[in-house]
Amino acid sequence: MADTSPPTPEPPAAATAQIGVDSWVSEEDQRREGRKWLGRTWERLPPAGKLALLTPAIAVPFLPLSEANIYNYGLFILIYALLALGLNVVVGFAGLLDLGYVAFFGFGAYIYAFLSGTHHEKGHVYTHHWAAQWSILTAVVMCAVIGLFLGSSSRRLLGDYLAIVTLFFGQAFVVFTNSADPYGITNGSNGLGNIDPLRFFAFGASFTVSSTRGYYWFLFGCVIVVLIVLHLLSESRTGRAWKASREDPLAAEMMGMPVNRLKIMAFSFGAAIAGLAGSVFAAAQTGAFPQNFGTQVLILIYAVVILGGTGSLTGMLAGATAIIVSFQVLDSTSPPNNARTLFYLSLVVGVVVIFKKSRAQMAVAVASTVALGFALHAIVHEVWPRGTSGQVTSGGYLTGAIKHWVLLPTNPNRLAVYGYLALIVLVITIVQLKGWWRVAVVPPTIVLTAFVWENLLIQQPAVTRYVLFGVLLIALMATRPQGLFGTAKVEIA
Amino acid sequence: MLLAIWVFYAVYFSPTQGWTFFLQLTVDGIILGSIYALIALGYSMVYGILKLLNFAHGDVAMIGAFIGFGVLTLLGGPLSPAIPVVALVACMFVVAMLGSGFLGLAIERFAYRPLRDAPRIAPLISALGVAFFLENSVLLLFGANYRNYDGYDLISYNGIHLGGSAGVFVSYLGVMVITGALLLMVGLVALVRWTRFGKAMRAVSFDREAAAMMGIDPDRVIATTFFVGSALGGAAGVMFGLVYSQIYYLVGFLAGLKGFTAAVVGGIGSIPGAMLGGLLVGLVESWAKGYLNGNVADLVVFGILIGVMLIRPQGLLGTPALQKV
Repeated sequence: MADTSPPTPEPPAAATAQIGVDSWVSEEDQRREGRKWLGRTWERLPPAGKLALLTPAIAVPFLPLSEANIYNYGLFILIYALLALGLNVVVGFAGLLDLGYVAFFGFGAYIYAFLSGTHHEKGHVYTHHWAAQWSILTAVVMCAVIGLFLGSSSRRLLGDYLAIVTLFFGQAFVVFTNSADPYGITNGSNGLGNIDPLRFFAFGASFTVSSTRGYYWFLFGCVIVVLIVLHLLSESRTGRAWKASREDPLAAEMMGMPVNRLKIMAFSFGAAIAGLAGSVFAAAQTGAFPQNFGTQVLILIYAVVILGGTGSLTGMLAGATAIIVSFQVLDSTSPPNNARTLFYLSLVVGVVVIFKKSRAQMAVAVASTVALGFALHAIVHEVWPRGTSGQVTSGGYLTGAIKHWVLLPTNPNRLAVYGYLALIVLVITIVQLKGWWRVAVVPPTIVLTAFVWENLLIQQPAVTRYVLFGVLLIALMATRPQGLFGTAKVEIA
Repeated sequence: MLLAIWVFYAVYFSPTQGWTFFLQLTVDGIILGSIYALIALGYSMVYGILKLLNFAHGDVAMIGAFIGFGVLTLLGGPLSPAIPVVALVACMFVVAMLGSGFLGLAIERFAYRPLRDAPRIAPLISALGVAFFLENSVLLLFGANYRNYDGYDLISYNGIHLGGSAGVFVSYLGVMVITGALLLMVGLVALVRWTRFGKAMRAVSFDREAAAMMGIDPDRVIATTFFVGSALGGAAGVMFGLVYSQIYYLVGFLAGLKGFTAAVVGGIGSIPGAMLGGLLVGLVESWAKGYLNGNVADLVVFGILIGVMLIRPQGLLGTPALQKV
């Protein structure tokens, strides 16, 4: 921030305080210059450049990807981008912590499934085959209304209490869909399976979205429309009022803004977007199941919003891409070697980030890491042959390197658990240390990380990814709370 | 009021089960409630001093339960304990409380202390991250299967029959849980009321800056508060394992939510409030399980939370929050 930089002897004329302009306001441009390189480059990018970032998204359906990959990567990225855009209104614009957001996603999906499909459960038969545009519209409106009610129920509650009420709301939704529904509307834990694809009827003609690519394009359109609406909204009177009431509700109230109404509005708006995402998701998945709307999905959405940067619209797209790609690569159905590549790549990135200030330290750390691995392997091989006699789990092109660098005991169960615990301690230690002390601790940590990865994590990538997202949230909050593209908040003393 | 009407209605009109059934449920509810109260105390103490909802607290209790299980397994398991049962149980409690206490210290140091001056939403998100990290680490290391505490095998299947053999049954295990929880609570109240640390803690929670000017180190007081609260959570985790006989990695989430409800219903930040709230949540859950069904019980508890927060947001024993400008 500007406060820490030495005062410039002769500030340019535009940046000095003028009569009637607060000095803090007039120095805003200077402060902008002083921000981190990522945010700065981003702000300098012309609108066309920002749009160019979308080209990979446009190119996805034309790439020679299988249907499954378009579904797993393309469709999921867009759905989570949509969800993150909605949550961004609640968290980023209005500053409310909504921990029941995923329930609105679920509501959207269940409403669509109920209105466009056939279900017979517990003696009740529900046959509604509404045209998709009407069920989607109903889902969106219903979610907005439920959001309105939930928001106004927490109206009198101070900030934190909203988090509690919404958390319980999300939990209650899962309990309700799983088991506590007497009329068979949700069909319990089996979920609703018999759902129409997106089928639009208008003026006697009908149009059906049937392929994965079709859903991709439909969602893409939704994301663009929502992006435009949110961009206009954030620049509008309401958007500015949201940000004002986020920064300082009391001051905003004093300025005559209806803070409570604004908050409820943001809440309901976010819920409506989640409803849209949910209804399209149900159609694309041809089903709505309770486990699609649990806490894990909530964490995923939060990871997208936090990584992308709360308050930034394009950040949501970038965040969704990064999070969902790593999420799907670490899925148990994805080839483990992709996960391995991603893992070692992020290890390299981690080292670069830790030592970005000193090339010398980085060189020493990398060299000693490599040496330590081989040395340890050689020693253990002599002393305790069982410690190196294990097999590389579904190794690809890295097999040779791993076999000679990482310790692979034959039956690593307990050792791997101890390694994991030791790794947590080491990582905590690294955070504490500075300078050359850090250089000394990094190599054993990396060797241990590789050991834990090869012996424990790669066997359960689906769990590992959630551990990593948890760590990501903690680390981002401590080091870069504005995420990748967000702007740093002004600290009010 | 509504609660009383509902309870009376349920008892009066239930065709086969009379007052004995109701009293039995009440006893079970008190056992459950004393566990929730211990968890609630951890939430409440941390909220009182930091104004932070520590979402990870339920998972700290879960880790406590796992540590207790580890000690139990190391010392021979519930069916063939290597040392006398009393010593074994004491060991489980001490180690679990120390373990989760230090875990709480670490969480405070790395997830919350860097965010002391950040906007309110930052530590909440960090807390979510911690909760998720703990749950999935346990899943990664110990798998998703249930671990059997076999609390009744360990302690005793016997108990006290009140009002003859057809009357209310209180197991010795239940007696132990209630006594243990009471002892811990009395200890906590004594700690907060009569020690130097307690005085410092109250001072910091009242006004951190003023306390710092009086020579109190707020960081140390906050860390100690986390240690004490997490240790209570660890004890609650072990009790939970003993009473329910089974633990797994998600056990902390729901127990944490209920403990949290208890803290809020009683008035978050208030220690007697947390105890009262815990008891109330335990009773309501037990009654709802008895007269309605298990699935609805959770919804009823949530409903009570939302109702209390609408009518009396500061909780039963809390004081209304003054907003300082």
